[in-house]
Amino acid sequence: MAKGRVTINETLCKGCELCVSVCPKHVLQLSTTKINASGYNPAEVVNDDCIACTSCAKMCPDCAITVEKLD
Amino acid sequence: MAKVLMKGNEAVGKAAIEAGCRYFFGYPITPQSEVPEYLSSELPKVGGVFVQAESEVAAINMVYGAAGAGARVLTSSSSPGIALKQEGIGYISNAGLPAVIINMMRGGPGLGTIQPGQADYNMTVKGGSNGDYHDIVLAPASVQEAVDMVMEAFDLADYYGTPVIVLADGLIGQMMEPVEFNYVCKKELAPKTWALTGKGDGEKHMIQNLVIEPDECEAWNKSHFEKYAVIEANEQAWEEYLMEDAEYAFVSYGTSSRIVRSAISYLREAGYKVGMIRPKTLWPFPAKAFEKLDKKIKKYMDVEMSMGQMVQDVAYACNDKNKIEFYGRTGGVVPAVDEIVEFGKRVMGGDK
Amino acid sequence: MAVVFQKTKALTDVKLHYCPGCAHGIVHRLVAEALEELGEDKNAIAAVPVGCSVFANKYFNFDAIQCAHGRAPATATGIKRVHPDKIVLTYQGDGDLASIGTAEIIHAAARGEKITTIFINNGIYGMTGGQMAPTTLPGMKATTAKAGRDPKINGNPIRVCEMLSTLDGPVYIERVSVSTPAQVTQAKRAIKKALEIQRQGLGFTFVEVVSTCPTNWGLTPVKSMEFVREKMIPYYPLGVYKDITAEEGK
Repeated sequence: MAKGRVTINETLCKGCELCVSVCPKHVLQLSTTKINASGYNPAEVVNDDCIACTSCAKMCPDCAITVEKLD
Repeated sequence: MAKVLMKGNEAVGKAAIEAGCRYFFGYPITPQSEVPEYLSSELPKVGGVFVQAESEVAAINMVYGAAGAGARVLTSSSSPGIALKQEGIGYISNAGLPAVIINMMRGGPGLGTIQPGQADYNMTVKGGSNGDYHDIVLAPASVQEAVDMVMEAFDLADYYGTPVIVLADGLIGQMMEPVEFNYVCKKELAPKTWALTGKGDGEKHMIQNLVIEPDECEAWNKSHFEKYAVIEANEQAWEEYLMEDAEYAFVSYGTSSRIVRSAISYLREAGYKVGMIRPKTLWPFPAKAFEKLDKKIKKYMDVEMSMGQMVQDVAYACNDKNKIEFYGRTGGVVPAVDEIVEFGKRVMGGDK
Repeated sequence: MAVVFQKTKALTDVKLHYCPGCAHGIVHRLVAEALEELGEDKNAIAAVPVGCSVFANKYFNFDAIQCAHGRAPATATGIKRVHPDKIVLTYQGDGDLASIGTAEIIHAAARGEKITTIFINNGIYGMTGGQMAPTTLPGMKATTAKAGRDPKINGNPIRVCEMLSTLDGPVYIERVSVSTPAQVTQAKRAIKKALEIQRQGLGFTFVEVVSTCPTNWGLTPVKSMEFVREKMIPYYPLGVYKDITAEEGK
């Protein structure tokens, strides 16, 4: 059961992978199917294990990540 | 206010305070060091700020910040120091900010000499920084005129949104003359709604210097040149001295014009119909003075304390380079009256 | 359900022009968050540099001025002297601050100007394309030191925090990094503290951020963060170099 929810703004994402590298629960990876308007593979959520630690958002240079804590 | 006897460098400092300037950022250099010395003690008395910067480069960039923050701000220096300030002057011009810069010129190039000179005309009038721009340049010929021009400079700077350079020399800076501080602003000045003050509850303010798209940069520059056209139309200033019946005209500004004035009295006594056009603004150059005289004057005799810099603008203004004669001394040498008299006689044709 | 992380209002919605993974975006955000949390974003004026962050004024949602290369501390001095009640900060890279602007930063610090400088040290000239910076590590390759910086030929790097901490003017100097979430948290704490000290009018404050340049380092963003930890931080140790508020508290 997810304790948190990560939302990626795919338009802003530049696919730098810093969020992916710091997530302790391996919630994120770069999309292998999507390409955004700037030509990047955006990060996407791949499982329900988010704990709302905000590590991904702290490392995001493009303010593309919003994190919510679920009750 | 009664006249007081003041040294030029101190008088321009007082003029700035009288004009409402409360911020000075500068660096010592001969022959203008009395400007920062005077303001270091006088500005704090009126709640102002004096900062001795680490260099002229830093000083002009402090001026950039203070001007951007909406203040009336002054810096002063002498030729090599003004050369160092050129980068910052270009930035201030590009941002369209008001600032006043005093140059008490000395002989150059390089370290040159500490004696008075007028060889910064090209650097100042033609633009010593990179890119297309102009600054208003005022050229006083006395301590009183330096006072009046410094005070007017703040109004012109605020009115047009541009640096104004008061281009005097070491002689005007170092000599004492009686002065009074009676200048009254004739312009209606708008509030500085663009200044950096923290956005509060309004829109943020940005002072921009990089316009990276070429089309936008060209439009940006052209908007400056629309402003310059208005300045050229409205702000040309000059003095005509004994020009009513003149067949020959000296052209000279600042300190050299004072010596020319003395030479003219000797030449008039000797029967020569000679007068002088004395530009008081160097940019905009007073071309209007020449338009109305063009056919009547046989020769224009340009005298400068340089190897000939303004002379090109005189040639352009009178539209006939064959009418131009030049006499100059350089490297800090101030010409003597008899040199100018001899030059005049040589041009105008022997003894009368 | 509660939002625990979202973009600060002290940044605009303009999309950042930086390369993927460039840490400028992280530090921009930290500066903006710190100002917003202090309630000072409406009261702030930034002096931005020449270099990659020349457009920081477009991203900061507060007043800003674009400065000449290296001169931001002088320009900020002019602003602060006119508006002593505003929060005035400079945001500068290593070429800007530690090379062409060395005189301006040292003297602003020595005067104790009541401004805050955020110094981004990534050991390279980014905007001009990877030339050697004053902070390029020995052995690190640059387009003007192709075989790697050789101190015998190219001279040695400058450690700015250590140098400035010898002066009496600064009241707070800290070096941080943003290569891990924990470092990001510490970097924000340092930036916020520097701005808070400025608000108290105590003196010059300085935060160096050991940062990255994936593009000109020729590394991925993730590898760049590893390079920061393995190579940059050993040469530029993190920590507090000066803090008179701590000394006074003792």
